[in-house]
Amino acid sequence: MSAPNSPAAKTERLMNLVMTLLYTRRPLSRARLRESVEQYRSAPSDEAFERMFERDKDELRELGIPLVTEEITAGWEDEPGYRIHQRDYALPQIRFDSDELAVLGLAARTWSHATLAGPAGTALRKLRASGVEPDHEAFAFVEARLGTREPAFGPLLEALLAETPVRFSYARPGGESSQRTVQPWGLTSQSGHWYLTGLDTGRDAPRVFRLSRITGKVATAGRPGSYSVPPEHDPVAMIRRRREGRELGLARLRVREGAGNALRHRAVVAAGKDGWDVVQLPFGDVQDLAHEIASYGGGVLVEEPQELRAAVLAILRAAADAHGGSGR
Amino acid sequence: MINPNEGAASRVSRLLSIVPWLVNRQGIDIAEAAHELEVSEAQLREDLQLLFMCGYGPMTDELIDVSTEGGRILISNAETIADPLRLTRAEALALTVGLRALRSAEGVTKSDVIERTLAKLGEASDAAAGGGAGRVEAVLDDESAEPVRARVTDALRRHRRIHLRYLVPARDESTERDVDPMRVINVDGRWYLEGWCHRAEDTRLFRLDRVEEVEILDADGHPPAQAQARDLSAGVFTPSQDAPLVALALGRGWEWVGEYYPIESSHADGADTIVELRAGDTDWVRRLALRAGGGVRILDPQSLADVVAADAAGALAAYGQQG
Repeated sequence: MSAPNSPAAKTERLMNLVMTLLYTRRPLSRARLRESVEQYRSAPSDEAFERMFERDKDELRELGIPLVTEEITAGWEDEPGYRIHQRDYALPQIRFDSDELAVLGLAARTWSHATLAGPAGTALRKLRASGVEPDHEAFAFVEARLGTREPAFGPLLEALLAETPVRFSYARPGGESSQRTVQPWGLTSQSGHWYLTGLDTGRDAPRVFRLSRITGKVATAGRPGSYSVPPEHDPVAMIRRRREGRELGLARLRVREGAGNALRHRAVVAAGKDGWDVVQLPFGDVQDLAHEIASYGGGVLVEEPQELRAAVLAILRAAADAHGGSGR
Repeated sequence: MINPNEGAASRVSRLLSIVPWLVNRQGIDIAEAAHELEVSEAQLREDLQLLFMCGYGPMTDELIDVSTEGGRILISNAETIADPLRLTRAEALALTVGLRALRSAEGVTKSDVIERTLAKLGEASDAAAGGGAGRVEAVLDDESAEPVRARVTDALRRHRRIHLRYLVPARDESTERDVDPMRVINVDGRWYLEGWCHRAEDTRLFRLDRVEEVEILDADGHPPAQAQARDLSAGVFTPSQDAPLVALALGRGWEWVGEYYPIESSHADGADTIVELRAGDTDWVRRLALRAGGGVRILDPQSLADVVAADAAGALAAYGQQG
């Protein structure tokens, strides 16, 4: 047996409990469980056993294990008995073909290193258990990796699945943060960014939030199941509408010859003079573009709009200050 | 690698998924099993050792019997957990969202395998587990890479070599090269081609929206045997281990830098996060520091910090501002 109270000892105990409850054909009383599970037998007191068992039950249920309580009639009193029915425990026997298993592998790998990597890997092992091997040649042309580096992803996913309202602080582009209370409706990745859609209860209107602009912790602001997601909600369309509505304008830039190549790809370029080209670039978000332009230093200069020019100057000054220059 | 801090719940969940897989593959080689199960061999050995202690009762004949003699895994007396546990909500969701993301990029693949798989996955999940699936979605909609992606994918299928004119953004210059395509992959919303670059004589990753021209050559495009696809799970950046270290202070809102690039160390310092990472070519670090406007501060080397200060001052001067 592993050292008591170590994660290994607890793993052992939970495994023994699962197997014991799956093996039994009748519900088992607490007393019986205390005899059959090694680690319960060695519990120092009844209270210690009770505490341990209560926690273990909860943990197994959180793992999706259908541990049920059924009454046992024993002597003059009914008492609760516990068991796990195989029929509720086992994955339905669905046979996946080898090309389907390969595609499931690619689907699981989209999460590698991201929040859902663990569940994706476990799901894949379960579905592949049957003994059919995936045919990796069958579908080798498209792969994807979804990052979830925004710390808000995990808590928002949990809240969304449980329909729990949340509260967080949200930084408007270029502006201050404000507290928002939201009923989450959807989490959507578009163009490499994760967005939360939902009802902003403070404003009583549906809103789109970019996860990278959520600062600090995401707190729950209500009970699970206290609202429902409108069935007609279409997050992809909602985000697309918002982004299209945000095509604010056209920037005019001076770009040094040979520089700013990534910008040129999205712009109309007119050859200028003295080694500088004039570049007209449509944009949506002033701050996003300002940061990108600042990364080219003196190679890309903003002529207009003023708002963009001011934003770039502020970023450059801050960069100079932070690196010991005299940006003021 | 073994994670000593792994919680019991996560380990139980793995063990319950490993046992049915192994029961259906009696006598499998331990290294092969570890590879297929995507766990390290050391971890798998530890897991098997722990399983050996588990059973439906405390008596010896009630315990799982595990043998790894001769490097082959045999498991018996594990009937109670020989079927995999149903998919949890998070598990069904992870696979469904992944499949739908692949489907959203399917324009060039034209195969029904994703549809078939989605339908079966729906049958294999409970109604309750399937419920959340429509609420999380990833759309691979980077249209800036079309029609380059279509042409590159075509070359990949037919194993043709391609010629690229490619923009190297870190150096802000165009380059010409011949490439044997290995795979097309979307990372964080952007499309890349991974292939054997005959100019670098190495595997390279090309962002498709930076491909300025692509030509399919009349030459065999099977990559050479030494071409190894990179593990992109940690992102698209994999600096060599002998590249010099750079230390950065990440301010609020820029912590993602530590997730995006592979870092050597990280610790909090007041409101900042201090990270160390390896950078062979420091030009992207310089540009990141300019971009972040103080949100990313170069602590070391000082010479690189000086370059950023000078660049920023130079740019301010070009605007007629005091630098």
